[in-house]
Amino acid sequence: MLGLAADRLRADMNRLLAFLFHQGILDEQFLQLQQLQDESSPNFVSEVVNIYFHESEKLLRNLRSLLMDREFLDYRKMGNHLNQFMGSSSSIGAKRVRNVCVAFRAASEHNNRAGCLTALELLEHEYCFLKNKLHELFQIQQQRVLATGVRYPM
Amino acid sequence: MTVERVISETKDQFPIGMRVLAVDDDPTCLLLLETLLRRCQYNVTTTSQAITALKLLRENKNKFDLVISDVHMPDMDGFKLLELVGLEMDLPVIMLSANGDTKLVMKGITHGACDYLLKPLRIEELQNIWQHVVRRKKFDRKDRYNSGSQDKPHTEAAGIGNVDQNRKFNKKRKDQNEDEDEDHDENGHDNEDPLTQKKPRVVWSVELHRKFVLAVNQLGIDKAVPKKILELMNVEKLTRENVASHLQKFRLYLKRLSCVATQQANMAAALGSVDSTYSRMGSLNGLENFHTLAGSDQLHNAAFRSFPPSGVLGILNTPAGLGMHGLPSPGMIQLSHVQNSGSTCNDQSKLQSFVISGNHNANILQGMQMSLELDQLQNNKGVSHIGEQPTANNTTVFPVSVSLIDARITGCSNNPLIGIKSKSLMLEGSSQQATLHASASNLRDSVSAMGYQNGNNLSDFTSVAPAPNQLWDSKADLQGQACPISCNAGQIIRSAPQELNDPRKDAPYQLNVLCSINSSIPVNGAMVQLGQCLDRNNPILCRNMDLDSIGPPNFVDPLSIKHGEGDNSALESSAIEKDGYLIVQPRPQGSYIPDNIGSLEDLANAMMRREQDKGKPANGDFGCNAYSLRTCI
Repeated sequence: MLGLAADRLRADMNRLLAFLFHQGILDEQFLQLQQLQDESSPNFVSEVVNIYFHESEKLLRNLRSLLMDREFLDYRKMGNHLNQFMGSSSSIGAKRVRNVCVAFRAASEHNNRAGCLTALELLEHEYCFLKNKLHELFQIQQQRVLATGVRYPM
Repeated sequence: MTVERVISETKDQFPIGMRVLAVDDDPTCLLLLETLLRRCQYNVTTTSQAITALKLLRENKNKFDLVISDVHMPDMDGFKLLELVGLEMDLPVIMLSANGDTKLVMKGITHGACDYLLKPLRIEELQNIWQHVVRRKKFDRKDRYNSGSQDKPHTEAAGIGNVDQNRKFNKKRKDQNEDEDEDHDENGHDNEDPLTQKKPRVVWSVELHRKFVLAVNQLGIDKAVPKKILELMNVEKLTRENVASHLQKFRLYLKRLSCVATQQANMAAALGSVDSTYSRMGSLNGLENFHTLAGSDQLHNAAFRSFPPSGVLGILNTPAGLGMHGLPSPGMIQLSHVQNSGSTCNDQSKLQSFVISGNHNANILQGMQMSLELDQLQNNKGVSHIGEQPTANNTTVFPVSVSLIDARITGCSNNPLIGIKSKSLMLEGSSQQATLHASASNLRDSVSAMGYQNGNNLSDFTSVAPAPNQLWDSKADLQGQACPISCNAGQIIRSAPQELNDPRKDAPYQLNVLCSINSSIPVNGAMVQLGQCLDRNNPILCRNMDLDSIGPPNFVDPLSIKHGEGDNSALESSAIEKDGYLIVQPRPQGSYIPDNIGSLEDLANAMMRREQDKGKPANGDFGCNAYSLRTCI
């Protein structure tokens, strides 16, 4: 029974991952993250991803406040935030988020405020979606650990 | 036991345990980077702030092997950090960025990054970064060979595992290369074999630097990119990386020189041409390596100081250069990068300075600036600045003391006066092909004034550039103006010996002419002596001879000092390597001093004798102080 649960969980996880990869939400960089997780750093992926979430939310807030500011003129600052966002997103394999950042950066380079706003909306949306999916993934993984953990003594 | 075992296990396992400092303000990337590096079995230290990183690096220069840094950081620009690390610690730096824009990458390279990686990082990319460390180590090793110290900095590190393994690694490489290295110990001419796997380092010899500068000139300093420079230079086994780092230093050097140049120009103007005005331009600072460039201000001041009194400026001593071994810096010529910019030697005293700058490894000869100080010879001002050396830095010191020797030149029979071949010779278009350009005219005047008495055309000073030929060549190339001198110098030098033998000759002077290529500062008669031991057998020195035993006292002590130091053996070592001494061209490839030149001591003595015999130098005299040729290096 427990074994079945573990298998089921594993299947769920695989399905979710397949979905995410297929949709382009994640790319092979995420696989690298997974490969880096081992006995010496058993929670590496979730650690990194949580840091990513934390930072990204900060960045998104900054971006939004910059754009909401009527006197907004400092596209360079926005560019810096975007650059960081892009870097971290690509580092964990968040492909779609990163692509939106690219579009966002293009708009900001052209000083296109409206374009930036649109891109920001899209970015927030993509980010939320990614966050949800990754949370789901972590949950499944936790359950798997629990399930297999229980199995071991048997 | 366990510890020992661990150590021995890691000893031979470089790059395992390589110490990396990772800097990135983005915590996500930093954690990822750290984990990736750990996975490659490197020893990782991380920080999210550039300032902290610098602090860590400065605390102990031997603590890290490699630095990886993000480009965009809030507290300090990544490029700035890159520059600082390159200058201060000379560690390989890898840049990281999410932005792969060509311009940015180019910027990274020109600032000296040894690599530029794009995010997202993959482990495969990081698995090879140790090669940058090896490359540097090789260069360092060569340096150490030359300087006589076989220890790599890493070996001195206190750390265990990494250090040991580094040491072991180094030793292994050392052993492998030892034979080759020893042969090329002087390393004067790396042209023969600039970079090979066997030869760990690239020494920027005068010749090499000359080519480099030529290439840069051709391309235009703004457009010079390492790849094109490399192509133009057409030197085998020179990598783009070498050129890039050299270029970076060169640029910095130029920047500083241009500041100095303006100052000097003003000074020159103020002083007037006839007398001793001589503002040496950057030559003073030359030599020093970039590190000392920072200290160049000092130098400049020193130079200026020296000028007025003696009028002869001969020396480029830059404190940095002179630093070697506590030798008085005077007479050290600092090699600084050759300045492309307008060397205009036009005025009467043109100084053409070759600057040979030692390079980051503290011994690389970047360029040579030779300043010629001609005219002031008439004033009999010796070159005195040698004394200026404020702070000798050991880096790249080229002890070139240029002493303008009395036109009488010297007949030092055995002297290697090589340098002496006075410019005047050249200038006057007399036997030598003096083609000094702009400065030529000045030189001519001064030279003739010098009183080339014996009729030999050897006029006084010789800009003995370190590696006479090479220096000259490079000089010439660089600046056009300087060229003639250099060419001539070489020739003159060669021919000098014959004439030198003539006892009637006036005291030889060493012509350490520093031609300041860039500077249009009139050169004082001061001779700049290039003390260089170029030839392994015959140290080439430009001895500053005080022709009539007058002249500013400061002149040229360094030469003697240098010389004193040395033995030929010292000289032999590649000039560059010698701390503080820049001997240009460790191997004088027959460029200058003929074999009949005896040891420096002899030469010095001869010169001294001559000087005494000579009496007052003609107005063309540079009034170099007598120095024994020790100069050098």
